[in-house]
Amino acid sequence: MSSDVRTIVLAGVGGQGTILVSRVLTTALIDAGYDVKMSEIHGMAQRGGSVSTTVRYGKKVDAPLVGKGEADILVAFEQMEAVRHSSILKKDGIIVVNDYKIMPLPVASGAAEYPDNYIEALSKAFRVIAFNAGEAAMALGNARVMNIIMLGAMVEAFEMEQFDWDSALAKQVPPKFLDINRRAFEAGRALAGRKV
Amino acid sequence: MSQFLSGNEAAARGLYEAGVRVGSAYPGTPSTEIFENLYPYESIYHEWAPNEKVAAEVAYGASIAGVRAVTAMKHVGLNVAADPVFTAAYNGVGRGFVIISADDPSMHSSQNEQDNRHYARAAKLPMFEPSDSQDCLAMIREAYDVSERFDIPVLFRLTTRVSHSRSIVEEGEPLVLEPLAYKRDTKKYIASPANAMVHRAQLEEKMKDLAAYAETCPFNTIDERGHKVGVISSGGAMMIAREVFPEDTSFLKLGFTHPLPMKLIRKFAESVETLYVVEELDPYLEEQIRAAGIDCIGKAIVPSMYELNPALLREALTGRKPETAEVEASAVPRPPVLCPGCPHRGFFYTLSKRKNTIIAGDIGCYTLGGSPPLSALDSVVCMGGGFSVAMGMAKAFEQIGEDKTIFGVLGDSTFFHSGITGVVEILYNKGNVIPVVLDNSITSMTGQQDNPGTGYTLMGEIAEAVSIESVFRAVGYKKIFTVDPQDLKAMRQTIEDAVACREPRAIIVKRPCVLIKRIKRERARCAVDRDKCRSCKRCLSVGCPAVFFKDGRSTIDPNLCVGCTVCLQVCPFDAIFKEEQL
Repeated sequence: MSSDVRTIVLAGVGGQGTILVSRVLTTALIDAGYDVKMSEIHGMAQRGGSVSTTVRYGKKVDAPLVGKGEADILVAFEQMEAVRHSSILKKDGIIVVNDYKIMPLPVASGAAEYPDNYIEALSKAFRVIAFNAGEAAMALGNARVMNIIMLGAMVEAFEMEQFDWDSALAKQVPPKFLDINRRAFEAGRALAGRKV
Repeated sequence: MSQFLSGNEAAARGLYEAGVRVGSAYPGTPSTEIFENLYPYESIYHEWAPNEKVAAEVAYGASIAGVRAVTAMKHVGLNVAADPVFTAAYNGVGRGFVIISADDPSMHSSQNEQDNRHYARAAKLPMFEPSDSQDCLAMIREAYDVSERFDIPVLFRLTTRVSHSRSIVEEGEPLVLEPLAYKRDTKKYIASPANAMVHRAQLEEKMKDLAAYAETCPFNTIDERGHKVGVISSGGAMMIAREVFPEDTSFLKLGFTHPLPMKLIRKFAESVETLYVVEELDPYLEEQIRAAGIDCIGKAIVPSMYELNPALLREALTGRKPETAEVEASAVPRPPVLCPGCPHRGFFYTLSKRKNTIIAGDIGCYTLGGSPPLSALDSVVCMGGGFSVAMGMAKAFEQIGEDKTIFGVLGDSTFFHSGITGVVEILYNKGNVIPVVLDNSITSMTGQQDNPGTGYTLMGEIAEAVSIESVFRAVGYKKIFTVDPQDLKAMRQTIEDAVACREPRAIIVKRPCVLIKRIKRERARCAVDRDKCRSCKRCLSVGCPAVFFKDGRSTIDPNLCVGCTVCLQVCPFDAIFKEEQL
């Protein structure tokens, strides 16, 4: 039993860039000397389905995945995915959520509705940090850096500033996009900092 | 050097370090990335075979000829490859032969969750079960030594969470092996009844020797921490057990799980007051341990279905539900869908509107054609089953006098995998079935792998592209209709022409997958003229993730749309248009 192990779950919709975030995250953790395990689900999830990645770190990590009530923080790239994965969090868990909606097919086709009260419902149960990372990315001039804004917000919310994020970004992001990703990371930290 | 590798990447590295020279596989989640990660290793010839049986035979042939060889597949692939594998166990190997099978507990991307450890017992194969990426690398090397030392193929069993989890791995140096001088050995490699009689008895002897090896195998290890509680586990379940049981629990980690080290297990069982056996899926270990007269707690509390995780195991042990906070909201399902611009959409949309039509489908992206709103499939069974299941349905309807139009549907890779035998069946046995190949020029569901029809090999060489049409013609089909599914009018007409045709006929629905990177496409997208939209929702019936309703009218997400125009073609009010010059 490894009690010092911390568990981060990233959740989103296929194509939202969760993979890059998990790469930067695990790079920083490994460079800091932690044992790290990460688990992701491929396959049908690629086709616009719900995707999630689990990252666990500590002195020694055993299981690469967790079940209900076991994660410390949930970083959700989309509102409904925050709700879908919320039961994986511990009672006092933290949610960093992108205030953004991607319509699943049952909603798009009119068979179901996308509720408006997700952030409110989540906030009643957990500590929630919500903001529109997509808009913040557009303000920086590149919608695709939404994912690194989420990473920055997670670092702030989860008090992980001691790691060498700059070096991890430099290792995982192509040089020509490094500058904008650095700015996205800082923007995410600032956004979460205001909400904490 | 230490690396952060997935189990599949580590297995690929292990194959390199073990001096493997030939590999043949068929892609299938969660096994696909093993072969995709062989590209840095020039010493390994590696290929995508048409199916798992061919792959196993190719690898086995290479072993007979004197080099270390590997085949890899998902769990259901081993059903396809079982025939050569069972006999290879009798004949034995030249150089080492390892069969990697990746199971998919919880069916993240599969049609069943069979526990392939049973194959080791059924075929009498030694088996390794790695628990993490380091195991994947280290055990592969050991597996080749075992294969050669005991003259037998080795089953290497992974699961989704072992294959797709990353952990830190220490890489080693590759072995360089001298090739064996090949010598014909008819008694060994000709599986005639007379030879098989001899091999049968030899196999039992090998099993005894392997049982002795299991007792001292470096991957069957006891971690003694206390005498109250002991846990026996293997594979991914082992890591979950370590996480959940208290510090003073002793563990017997079984990395080599066929045949079992029963003496070691007995010794361990005797050293603890209470013995647990923690397994994902079937009670494979537990049944054998109980049969040896050793009492244990296993499936009485641990679930035997679906993927195991720490919370589930903790609940099984303590009876207490995991604690989380209740959110007073629920999420709408987000099923996987055909991508925007997917060529399968036009085909399934057209058939979804056709009355009195039966469509037997197959395994691939086009399985999604069975989901709402398209809902255009009657069955999906297995790779290559689309044509033959349709044939059976057609014969049954004939027997009971039902008049239906029956289509058998599969993809290009599935056609080469095991669809061709169905092509022969339908013609030979006079089936009233229209075989349809949805040729998107790639094996897409597993991540765009090449196949015999694409013109490229796994190692990136240009290859002869096998023509699906020529196969139909060679078998004896008289009329082959080829159509672009993105032209809905042509699609509809082709279906009716094929239905009306009295000769043996087939349809090839041809358009490349939108995800193929080497194909350059025009940038295009569609948009809705919201003044013209009359809210009829016809556009929603094509099941495109880019099209949705907002404030009572149709809307197209410009970030998702690729301009395929299928929604535009179904709109009765010309409210959708293609944007010019992006």
